[in-house]
Amino acid sequence: MTLDAPGFADPVMEAQSCFRAVLDAMAHPGSLPVIACVLAAPPLDQATAAVLLTLADAATPVWLAGETASAWDWLAFHSGAPRAASIGGAGFICATEMPNLDLLEAGSDAAPETAATLILQVPALEGGPPLILYGPGLEAPTRFAPQGLPEDFVKQWSANHRLFPRGIDLILCCGEQLCGLPRSLRIGAA
Amino acid sequence: MAYVAVKGGERAIDAAHDWLARARRGDRSLPEIGTAQIASQLGRAVDRVMAEGSCYDPDLAALAIKQAQGDLIEAAFLLRAYRTTLPRFAHSEPVETDAMLLRRRISAIYKDLPGGQVLGPTYDYTHRLLDFALAAESLEVTPLPLAAASSEDTPRVTALLDQEGLIEPSGVSTEAEPGDLTRDALAFPAERDVRLQSLARGDEGFLLALGYSTQRGYGNNHPFVGEIRVGEVAVELVPPELGFPITIGTITLTECEMVNQFSGSKTEPPQFTRGYGLCFGHSERRAMGMALVDRAMRAEELGENATAPAQDIEFVLSHCDNIEATGFVEHLKLPHYVDFQSELETIRRMRATATAATAATVATETEA
Amino acid sequence: MLGSQAIEARQGWLAVLANAPLAGIEDCIARAAPLPAHTRLRGPEIGLIMVQGRAGGDGAPFNLGEMTVTRCTVRNAQGQIGHAYLAGRDPRRAELVAALDAALQHPTESAEWARTVVAPLAEAQKEARRKVAGEAAATRVDFFTLATMRS
Repeated sequence: MTLDAPGFADPVMEAQSCFRAVLDAMAHPGSLPVIACVLAAPPLDQATAAVLLTLADAATPVWLAGETASAWDWLAFHSGAPRAASIGGAGFICATEMPNLDLLEAGSDAAPETAATLILQVPALEGGPPLILYGPGLEAPTRFAPQGLPEDFVKQWSANHRLFPRGIDLILCCGEQLCGLPRSLRIGAA
Repeated sequence: MAYVAVKGGERAIDAAHDWLARARRGDRSLPEIGTAQIASQLGRAVDRVMAEGSCYDPDLAALAIKQAQGDLIEAAFLLRAYRTTLPRFAHSEPVETDAMLLRRRISAIYKDLPGGQVLGPTYDYTHRLLDFALAAESLEVTPLPLAAASSEDTPRVTALLDQEGLIEPSGVSTEAEPGDLTRDALAFPAERDVRLQSLARGDEGFLLALGYSTQRGYGNNHPFVGEIRVGEVAVELVPPELGFPITIGTITLTECEMVNQFSGSKTEPPQFTRGYGLCFGHSERRAMGMALVDRAMRAEELGENATAPAQDIEFVLSHCDNIEATGFVEHLKLPHYVDFQSELETIRRMRATATAATAATVATETEA
Repeated sequence: MLGSQAIEARQGWLAVLANAPLAGIEDCIARAAPLPAHTRLRGPEIGLIMVQGRAGGDGAPFNLGEMTVTRCTVRNAQGQIGHAYLAGRDPRRAELVAALDAALQHPTESAEWARTVVAPLAEAQKEARRKVAGEAAATRVDFFTLATMRS
């Protein structure tokens, strides 16, 4: 077990400031807040690692897909999060390639807060195929062009958006930056 | 119901807090009480605060008692509030009360039982006469006599009944994750795991009164104290990074097993049934009240008529938490100015209507 | 993965250290060789664990209430990783216990640490338990039956 990768140096303050960054990202989709604290948990980027440590705890089963699975020991040690039995049973999913959104827990109309959050680490938050974001938190339609999303992303997302108030929330992470794409958002191809 | 924020009064509140601090300190010609003294010399108060605060930490409970000037419900409230600031690391393995280092162990149903009756530090045989010697300071305490500890086992008393098959089994020892009130809001019907958690942190006075009510005929089920144990138990947990259980320390617990008559039902033969009490610290009254109420709440499960307050699960669980209770009762002190203004206007309008109606009736009668 | 004997040994010293007061641990350390330097991997941090009981003492588990704990994980200069989870709120004690847990895993020095630190603490705890058991035994009731009046 590799326990040497550090967690937050100051767990309370750093988790709070990171939580604030996640709130801002979710409230203003397309804005790209920066995670200030230094974390190194390869293959996770700083933002991916910080968001996971901030949101996951002993009450939230986590699924680490693909190559992110090698960060499991680090995450379990610092957050106490249990390993989800399946991707559909996870409260948080971390991946470098987007799984099909309909595999994830979308919550119920009575308890939409039980829906999963997908934390997707992408190669870049710009320079990809351009998307247009509309909806709550945006004064006007906004362009956003992340790399690393699947080709049918717009189609998958509109199916996800139609589930509202159910649906998956997506957090894209790259380097020290993140972008929140809440289920309330509409996304079209530019 | 609506609330309207009202500003003002900060200066008055500051002054009230200052006065409170002075009142808490009391007479300055006397030495200030230390939390270590409270933890060590007011142990039963500390135990109650830990149980009702639902957080085992004698030093924190002592601090809370000092801060609350000995108001134990206020102290439990302070402890509950503090616990919300801490992360939850894990849950323990279920504590093994069989392996308790016993300071007290009694049974009211068997005189001679393996391991014997051990009285421990009890008030049961004191004369309840005020001891003025305690008012004198620097009282000498005589060292305790020691006797050779027996190596005899101290099996559960209910296990003795179990050997004859005369008592119901204590339920399946499942490893299912028990419900947790601190994570999921109370929902009805509540299962026994949640009921026990709720009672373990319930108000001692409420548990006592409800337990008493069952004895007086409100849901009577003929209880006997099968066994009471008080002592120290090791707490173990399995850290995920180790994968095997380790001891993290020792806590004091009180356990009570009530044995109750049961005439049998369509599916069960006549046999004894159980009520269970377990709580932090040394508090037999709490553990016994809990065991009585636990058994009473099993009425429906056992096919008995549930008619008494102690048998009404929703009634008991909704009202046994004194932090919730004190919050809702004491909130009535807070400004309800707008609320009350509307009540006033309603009453005035109703009176005006009623007066007008009376006047009209009188006028009609006079004409006739 | 540790063998069952190694696990038992580690459970043994962790239990002794968990029940030992800070002063007792410091006394023993002062008399022992200097503890290897260590770096903190996690904590020391204070939190809660939920204590569980069982209905009827041996039935289905339920949540009894929480207790405060302090935990700490360190890696020492010799490469051993030590863990501590201790009842109460004492970061210094947790860090010391984690450092001792690491030292006690050393392939050759373990026995010396067990002799100088764990054994005296274990002996003191055994003595304390004996004392409680003795006090309890002094309050054990010896029933005797009165001679019946009928002859």
